[in-house]
Amino acid sequence: MIELRHVRKSYDDGASYAVADTTLSVARGELLGLIGESGCGKTTTLKMINRLEEPSSGEVLVGGENVLQQDPEQLRRNIGYVFQGIGLFPHYSVAENVSAVPRLLQWPEARVLERCREILELVGLPFDEYAGRSPNELSGGQQQRVGVARALAAEPDVLLMDEPFGALDPVTRAELQEEFKSIQQRLELTVIMVTHDMTEALLMADRIVVMKRGEILQVGTPAQLLNAPTHDYVRDIVAMPRKRAARLERLMKGTSPDQA
Amino acid sequence: MNDNLREQLLLLPEYFQGHLVLTLIALSIGIAISVPLGIWANQSPVVRRPLLLAVSVLQTIPSIAILALMVALLGGRIGLLPAIIALVLYCMLPIVRNTVTGLENVAAEVVEAARGIGMSSRQILIRVRLPLALPVIIAGIRTASVWTVGLATLSTLVGATSFGNYIFTGLQTRNLVAVTVGSIAAALMAVILDSIIGGIEWLAANRNDASLRPRFVRVRMAVVAALVLVAGVSVFSLMPRPQADYVVGGKPFTEQYILAGLIAAELEDAGYRVDRRMGLGTEVVYQATANGAVDTYVEYSGTVWANRMNRDDNPGRRAVLDASIEFMAANDGIHSVGPLGFQNLYAFAMRRDRADELGIDSIEDLIPVAHRLVAGGDLEFFGRPEWITVRDTYNIDFARKLTFDSALMYTAVQEGQVDLITAYTTDGRVAAYDLKILEDPRNAMLPYDGILVTSQQAASDPAFLAALQRLQGAIPDAVMRQANRIVDVDGGSINQAVAWLREQIAATD
Repeated sequence: MIELRHVRKSYDDGASYAVADTTLSVARGELLGLIGESGCGKTTTLKMINRLEEPSSGEVLVGGENVLQQDPEQLRRNIGYVFQGIGLFPHYSVAENVSAVPRLLQWPEARVLERCREILELVGLPFDEYAGRSPNELSGGQQQRVGVARALAAEPDVLLMDEPFGALDPVTRAELQEEFKSIQQRLELTVIMVTHDMTEALLMADRIVVMKRGEILQVGTPAQLLNAPTHDYVRDIVAMPRKRAARLERLMKGTSPDQA
Repeated sequence: MNDNLREQLLLLPEYFQGHLVLTLIALSIGIAISVPLGIWANQSPVVRRPLLLAVSVLQTIPSIAILALMVALLGGRIGLLPAIIALVLYCMLPIVRNTVTGLENVAAEVVEAARGIGMSSRQILIRVRLPLALPVIIAGIRTASVWTVGLATLSTLVGATSFGNYIFTGLQTRNLVAVTVGSIAAALMAVILDSIIGGIEWLAANRNDASLRPRFVRVRMAVVAALVLVAGVSVFSLMPRPQADYVVGGKPFTEQYILAGLIAAELEDAGYRVDRRMGLGTEVVYQATANGAVDTYVEYSGTVWANRMNRDDNPGRRAVLDASIEFMAANDGIHSVGPLGFQNLYAFAMRRDRADELGIDSIEDLIPVAHRLVAGGDLEFFGRPEWITVRDTYNIDFARKLTFDSALMYTAVQEGQVDLITAYTTDGRVAAYDLKILEDPRNAMLPYDGILVTSQQAASDPAFLAALQRLQGAIPDAVMRQANRIVDVDGGSINQAVAWLREQIAATD
C-alpha cells in the first residue's frame, strides 16, 4: 500500500540528513507505529508520504504510484491526516471541520451531510448534539475525536497520524486508543502513526519502526521488540513499559510492587 | 435656543451628508485597495518592507499638505476628488498593517492542517487565513474609519463640504458655537461608524452561538437600521441637485467669508443661483478659478506679486496692482473686475504699552531690539518673500518666530505671549485690542489691494459682470475694517457683517 525506497531527506544540501536511507513498506490494513525521540525524523518520514515534505532522494509510493507524480492536493485529500495538537479550524463548527475534505472533493451536499452524521456517530459524538458546536467549546478528547472524524470523513484507505493522542490526559488517551484501534480494524485502514509513547505503540501497532537520528534501528512486531531487541536503544525504550507491566501484574496479585 | 445655534443647526444636514459620503467613499476605496495589498505583502517578502514603509511614510506627511498636493497634482481640481484621494492614502496604513499582522498571526498548526487535508494555497488563504485574520483586519478598519472621519474635516480646505466647514469658519470668525457643533458632530459620527463596524464584527463572530441568540437578534436589528439610515443618506446626497449658475470661492479668514457673502448676495439679487466654496487655501482657490471650478473670489495684489510672480521688490501700490492683474489674465486666464478699494497688507503690530516701553514707532526702531523679541506670524508670513525683504531691508531678525492661526495670533500678542505680530491692516482686532501698527518708512511691506477676480467663462457673461460692477472701488479700508470687526470683535455673524457692508455700499452708490 505504501512503500518507501531508499528515501533520504536533507534540509542542508546533504550536509546532514533528517531521514537517512529509509526503506519501508506498509501492507493494506496494517497499523505501523513510528517511534523515536524528538528530532529522530519520524514526523518528516510521515510528511513525505503525503508530500507535505518532499524526499531529497529515493521514492515514496502510495497505491503503487510515486507521490511526486501525483497532484499534491489530490493526494492529500485522499489520505486522512490527524495532526499533532489536533489542528481543528477554530472558525468552523464541528460539522464544518468534519465536512472539510468531502467538500474539497466536491461531494454533493446531501452526501456530505450524511457522511458527517455517520462519521461523528462513529467517533462517539452524536451529530445532533455536537454538529453546531465550535471546537473551543469541546474538551481535548472531544476535539481529537473530531480530528479523527475529519481525517476519516472522505473514506480514505490510508491514514497518517502525528502523535494523535499526545495532548490528552491518560484516561481519555487510553479510551481513544482502544476505540481507534477497533475503528481501524473494522474499516481495514492502513495507518502510519507517529508517537513517542512506547506503550501506545506496543498496544496499538501491528509493527513498530524505531528511529534514531534519521535512521531505522529496528522494525518488528511488538513481541519481537519486547523479546528480541537488536539494539541497546530499543532495549532501553521497551524496558520501561516492561517494568511497569510487571509491577502492575504484581499489584494485581497482591504482592508488594517494589519487590523486584 | 439662541440664534447662532439655530443658524448652525440649519447647516447640519448639508454638512452631515458631505462628511458622511466623503468618509464612506474614501473608506470603501481604502479597504478595497489596502486588504489586497496587505495580502500581497504577506505573501511576498520583497513587497512587504517597501510597502509597509511607503504607507507609513504617507502617514507622516501632514494631512493638510497631502490635500494641497492632491489639488496641485490634479491640476487645480477641487472638491470631492482630491479630498477622497488624500483620505484614501491616509487610511491605508492601519488596514494594510493589520492585514499583514492578522495573516501572520494565524496559528501555524492550523495552516499546516489546511495544507495537510489538501487545500490549495488559494483555498487556505480564502477559507482559513483570511477568516481567522478577520478580527485583526476589522480592528484596522475601525481605526481607519475613526481617522478618516477626523481627517475629513480638513477636506473643507480643498472645497469638499464636511463638518470642517463648521470648524474652519468657526475658528476664523471666533464662532465657538460653530466649532463646538462641528466637533461634536464629527466625534459622534466617528463613534457611530465605529460601533456599526464593531457590531458587524460581533455578528460575524457569534453567528453560531445559540446562547447569545436573543442578543444576536437585537444587535442585528440595530446594525441593519443604522446601515439603512447611512445608505439612505448617501443615496439621497448623491442624487442630482439643481446646478448652481456660479460658484463663489473664498479663503479661510473672516474678511474672505464676508466678501464671499457679499458677492453671493449681489449675484443672487441679480437672479443667479450661487454655490459657495468657502475656506479654500490660497493656492487651491487660485487654481480652481483658473480652471473654472470656482467662478469668482477676492484675490490680493501682493499675493499674486509675491507668490505667483515670485517678485521680491516693491515698486509701489499702483504698479503691483497693475502687474498682478495683467499676470493673472495672461498666465491663468483669470479676469479682474477691478480693485475693491481697500488694502489688506501685513504690518507689524505691538501692544501699545509694550511698544511705548521699548520706544518703538516704526520698524526702524526695532533694529536694536529685534533679536530679543518674539514674533508671531500667521501660517504664511515667515515663508513669504516679503519677510525676506523686510528682514534684509531693515537687517532685523527675531529671537523666535512662532506661527499661529490668524485668529489666535491676536490673542497671543494681547496676552503677551509674543512681543509683536504680523497683523493685517483691515483686521478689526487691531483697533479692538488697541494694537500699535508700526510704520514702514522703507516700504518693505508689499501692498495688498483686494481685487475682485472671475474665471474666464464667468467673464464672458455680461450680466454677471454687470451684477458685480458696483463693488468696484466701493469698500475703503475703514469700511472693510469695521465689517471685520463686527464678526471678529463684536461677535456678530457673517450675515450681519454682509448686511452692514451692503448698507454702506448702497449709501455711497
